[in-house]
Amino acid sequence: MSRNPLAKISGTSSDLLLRSLSFFYIGILIVLPIIAISSEAFKGGLNNLWTNITSSQALYSLKLTFITALLMVILNVIMGTATAWVLVRYNFPLKNLMNALIDLPFAIPTIVTGIMLVALYGPKSFIGGFFNRQGIEIIFAKPGIILALLYVSFPFVVRAVQPVLHEMEKDMEEAAITLGAGPFAVFRRVVLPTLLPAILTGAALSFSRAIGEFGSIAIVSGNIPFKTQVASVYIYGEIESYNPQGALGLSVVLLFFSFLILILLNRLQTWNRRHEEF
Amino acid sequence: MKSSNESVRVIRKKRHLGKSLLIGAVMGWFLILILLPLYGIIKEAFQNGFQLLISSLTTPESRHSFLLTLWITAVTIITNTFFGVVLAVVLVKQRFRGKLLFEGLVDLPFAVSPVVAGFMFIILFGPRGWIGSWFEASGIKIVYAFPGMLIATLFVTLPFVAREVIPVLREFGLQQEEAAFVLGASKWQTFWRVTLPSIKWGLAYGVTLTIARSIGEFGAVLVISGSIIRKTQTATLHIHQEFTDFNYVGAFSAAIILALASFFILTLMQRIYKRKEI
Repeated sequence: MSRNPLAKISGTSSDLLLRSLSFFYIGILIVLPIIAISSEAFKGGLNNLWTNITSSQALYSLKLTFITALLMVILNVIMGTATAWVLVRYNFPLKNLMNALIDLPFAIPTIVTGIMLVALYGPKSFIGGFFNRQGIEIIFAKPGIILALLYVSFPFVVRAVQPVLHEMEKDMEEAAITLGAGPFAVFRRVVLPTLLPAILTGAALSFSRAIGEFGSIAIVSGNIPFKTQVASVYIYGEIESYNPQGALGLSVVLLFFSFLILILLNRLQTWNRRHEEF
Repeated sequence: MKSSNESVRVIRKKRHLGKSLLIGAVMGWFLILILLPLYGIIKEAFQNGFQLLISSLTTPESRHSFLLTLWITAVTIITNTFFGVVLAVVLVKQRFRGKLLFEGLVDLPFAVSPVVAGFMFIILFGPRGWIGSWFEASGIKIVYAFPGMLIATLFVTLPFVAREVIPVLREFGLQQEEAAFVLGASKWQTFWRVTLPSIKWGLAYGVTLTIARSIGEFGAVLVISGSIIRKTQTATLHIHQEFTDFNYVGAFSAAIILALASFFILTLMQRIYKRKEI
């Protein structure tokens, strides 16, 4: 990698001005708020914070958040990889339109997602009514939460895997086939190892989005404590009922996981780059 | 090298069925998960006639909320385009201590739950917060008012421009900039004449993502605004209000307007993305 020659002169006043501006902006929008919420959370002592986090309602919402997020990630990894595969390797009618619409969940406001799902699967709708008669609840129940999470994070895995699949040479696969490997073995031994960093990146992004997701779930889940209340909705409820202490506990937990996932994504990125260099 | 020998061809035939099945599964998944909900909401909104749809969109509350969304989006675009470019320039061209950490902080808003973000700002900018108390003394309200909603939107959209401009700046900008610099152009001239034209499509893409997110932001704005009707209620908050008041027609029709806006933005994204690739 060549060093950037312009970097040598980064001591001039305009450079300093730009750097101060960025530090100021990040400082006031990101660093200070995090310090403020952390200091507020730890002010009452660790014991107090721990009690807030482990109160039965908070703990339930946290568990529900992680379980639904995990289920969503498993489905999203399978279907996202399949979607990327189909879009890169095969030709079929309406392929271009589908490729263009993959990003739709990123463009649609999350609350609109929630409203759409209620309109389609709500107890009074055609499909929701049908399921209701079979005794299956979708909206205001756990399946609705997973459905909402699947919707909002659908593009992550597809868009992470697609470019890697594009770059991947078919030579290796065909060599493996020639050497007698079946399609399953080819996928497991040749394709999967190459795609793995990208799949994990998509999975981590989906998971991160899922544990923080609020808008669509607030609409779809019905927010019933000990049944459909996830962590973000629990935090919102505590803020609304003027109980900031209760909100602080889970906020700190979610922030901790945000940091953790960012670090993980950073590692994955370097791993990805190393793959590309081969 | 001829890639298709006999055994490859045999397996390809066997794969044909698998291929059709996979395409069918992916298209089915996409149809049910992503497209069917759109149909659901259109059907529900128009169910009670076009007249009702229009009248529910033209209530003073509804109009006020859409106008507020436009205002917040406009100010967000200007502010975050400026700071996004500054951040990208600093991160690409300058070297300083803690740069890796700084870069990680820029990405943080993607990983933080919107509810937690709103809560952080209440703590920092609220009447008793470190910064908020200072503004309160000068008679400026931040929380439950426009400035707070703007801050929340700035936070959630902060990474978009920087993230899109950084790779373009790394690839194209530098060599041409060096050339301009060697030829005697001043730093400002270099920026306006060389840097900006080379990053413009990346920048445009980042701005489009910023617009989509500002229009659609819900959780962070809900927490910090208090959602006061005809005062601090944006379009997404208005949808939420209508939904919780069981005024489904109002919620569905406002949601349709936002969905239409997302389609428009998505089309814009595709156009810009193609230009960016060239």
